[in-house]
Amino acid sequence: MIANRSDMAVIKPFRIAAAEPWRFTVWHGLVLVAALLVALGIGEAQAAAAEKPGIIATILKWTPLLAQGFALNIAMSFLAMAIGTVIGVPLGLAQISLLPPVRAGSWFVTQFFRNSPWLVLLFYCMLLLPFEVNIGGTIIPLPGWLKSTIGLSLPVMANVSELVRGAVRSIPFAQWESAESLAMSRGQTLRMVILPQCIKRMTPPWMNLYAILTVATPLTSVVGVSEAMTLTGDILSSEARTELLVPMYLYLLLWFFLYCYPIARATLALEKRFQVR
Amino acid sequence: MPWTPDQPLVRLADVHKTFGGGVEVLKGITMDVMKGEVICIIGPSGSGKSTLLRCVNALVPIDRGSILVEGQEVNDPKLDKLALRRKVGMVFQQYNLFPHKTALENVMMAPVHVLKRDKKEVERQALALIAKVRLTGKEESYPGELSGGQQQRIAIARSLAMNPDVMLFDEVTAALDPETVKGVLVTIRELAEDGMTCMIVTHEMGFAREVANRVYFTDGGVLVEHGPPKEFFASPRDPRTRQFLDQIL
Repeated sequence: MIANRSDMAVIKPFRIAAAEPWRFTVWHGLVLVAALLVALGIGEAQAAAAEKPGIIATILKWTPLLAQGFALNIAMSFLAMAIGTVIGVPLGLAQISLLPPVRAGSWFVTQFFRNSPWLVLLFYCMLLLPFEVNIGGTIIPLPGWLKSTIGLSLPVMANVSELVRGAVRSIPFAQWESAESLAMSRGQTLRMVILPQCIKRMTPPWMNLYAILTVATPLTSVVGVSEAMTLTGDILSSEARTELLVPMYLYLLLWFFLYCYPIARATLALEKRFQVR
Repeated sequence: MPWTPDQPLVRLADVHKTFGGGVEVLKGITMDVMKGEVICIIGPSGSGKSTLLRCVNALVPIDRGSILVEGQEVNDPKLDKLALRRKVGMVFQQYNLFPHKTALENVMMAPVHVLKRDKKEVERQALALIAKVRLTGKEESYPGELSGGQQQRIAIARSLAMNPDVMLFDEVTAALDPETVKGVLVTIRELAEDGMTCMIVTHEMGFAREVANRVYFTDGGVLVEHGPPKEFFASPRDPRTRQFLDQIL
């Protein structure tokens, strides 16, 4: 018994009560599946009463088309994430530049795109970008999905920029000092000492950002991109059946959940692993 | 006039430093450190000891006065800081090893990337230095797997790998567990015996008495008195020094 070791008064270890943050769990998925099943059941009953084809059969009939649309959502999320990261990292580094104009300019760009509604940026890209660009005689078409991917990559870029800036600032100043005292230049210090330590800290929030981006891709349906959300609308209008409405949208929701849930779990696992060391 | 080894290796003349908040931490410090000399700087907290060391390798710019390192003026806007820092090694209170690199990689990084030396040759030197600080077998350990004293000895090896002409030690044992202090002090003493020029800020009076050629006492941003350790500890002249020594000895 630890308590019997000594008669001295000892302060017991205490924890500051902090609420556990909400996380996706398997239960959220099960609730979603249950909701879908209930909606299917109700829909099937209505369909049977109206002597129309079954709901499940109808949904399965349209699933290949829905999968095509969903593939476009994933493609857009990949591309927007890639563009946003490739531009966002240098933008974030510019935010910690020693040159005041560079710092101010990159700060402004970051804040502008981070605080603009994603939908507004989407509309701007759809309306302002040409439908094709002419580079040295070759005409490159810019279809709607590509333009809206660029639109989505802008807020991603700004968020990545802030991630980089925050991660660099979270590295203790002593790391800079000891690298400097070893005659390392600022560039060498960043490249060899600071950024390698940042990558670890940035990975979980970066994955989180990707999940947010993925669930934001249906926004592009508003500007007419034929992704899963648009196709669901098309399917519903061609079927013209009200009892299909709720099951169909729940079905679409499930697709997104199944895609994002593993990412959320992996993010959590990485966060936990990085905390230990 | 080029610097010759018979002149002071580090020469501070009337060094002033005021921090942003208007706090004057150095109020005219003057001292000479000869090649091969080991000096210890002691004094109460906040007396400007650490700032003094940081001025010598230009981590902290000074406002007024002159610091010459091998004849090179540190208080010069055109100073090549990186060239200066190749000559001046520094070890910190919190060791500040790079946590994502192994002990060996920590020691090798600067010589390979800053001095552009041959990797094989640097590795040989790094292994020898790690042996010198008695940590053979810990080459592949990450800083997080080493004790504070072991990390500090790797930090000393890392600094030595740059072949500096003078080493600055900023309270290098202050953050250590008592049982690991000795190993670090032994390492520094061996370094001093090898003829390395050392400027040591410390609270270890026994160590200062044993290893230093001269002991300096600072208080409130000024050098109060200095002398050979025997005289300094046996018969301090200034009442402030006497009071300080009474408090801690």
